[in-house]
Amino acid sequence: MPQPTRIVMPTSAKKGEVFQVKTIIQHEMESGFRRDNRGLAIPRHIITSFVVRYAGGEIFRADMFPGVAANPYFGFTTTAVETGEVVFTWTDDRGDVTTERRTITVA
Amino acid sequence: MDGNDSRQRRDAAMIDGAQVSRRSIVCGGLAFALVPALARPAQATPAEMADAIRELTGGTAVKPGRVKLVLPELAENGNIVSLAVTVDSPMTDADRVKSVHIFSEMNPVTTLVRFHVSPRAGKNPTLLTNIRLADSQRVTAIAAMGDGSFWSGETSVVVTIAACIDGG
Repeated sequence: MPQPTRIVMPTSAKKGEVFQVKTIIQHEMESGFRRDNRGLAIPRHIITSFVVRYAGGEIFRADMFPGVAANPYFGFTTTAVETGEVVFTWTDDRGDVTTERRTITVA
Repeated sequence: MDGNDSRQRRDAAMIDGAQVSRRSIVCGGLAFALVPALARPAQATPAEMADAIRELTGGTAVKPGRVKLVLPELAENGNIVSLAVTVDSPMTDADRVKSVHIFSEMNPVTTLVRFHVSPRAGKNPTLLTNIRLADSQRVTAIAAMGDGSFWSGETSVVVTIAACIDGG
């Protein structure tokens, strides 16, 4: 089931300019180390992979473990190459995939 | 509640070191809250972190420097600790960052997060995220460079409310 996300990045940039992208996705990131009120382990449920692709290549990837806080947040930079789509993909350990797209205009 | 009660007593006894005092039973509720954290598979140790780092580097020496890891000195809530890591690199073909690995010496899982950096990230790339910390500890960041070298930066964090009860 896709999760709500927020992505902050410019909608336009000059060719060659380095810009910052910030993303957040709503996810409990259940670590698998907690117990419920009956003392039973709560099964792990985390996003394990976050991949960002733009202009024909991968521009950022994060491998996540239970040590990533709930609602995983990432900030990174990349260079404006060409007008096109930036595609964000989050995958969790139950196979749920969330995909978001943003267009950047490069002059 | 009978089962829980006897478990509380036993746990309290374990914590106090075998002697069941009246106070330990009174504190049982608190002890019970702590027990899941204490009873789960051992948390990572500095030795385990060293093993994980060795696995990453394949025995190549890690040089201190070029990696600036920024965490708050005092984290009020271990469940969400903001992290920024910057690696000094011109990001040219000859000298670029390939990946950045964040390690904890006290969390149940020693690897916290791995960033894969693209050559297009721009000079001196900065990466941001939020991590969980199970205890006050030293956090280490290791950057793997394109030329096969490894650089590290570390910082210590005091955690007021640990993430260990709530997660890890």
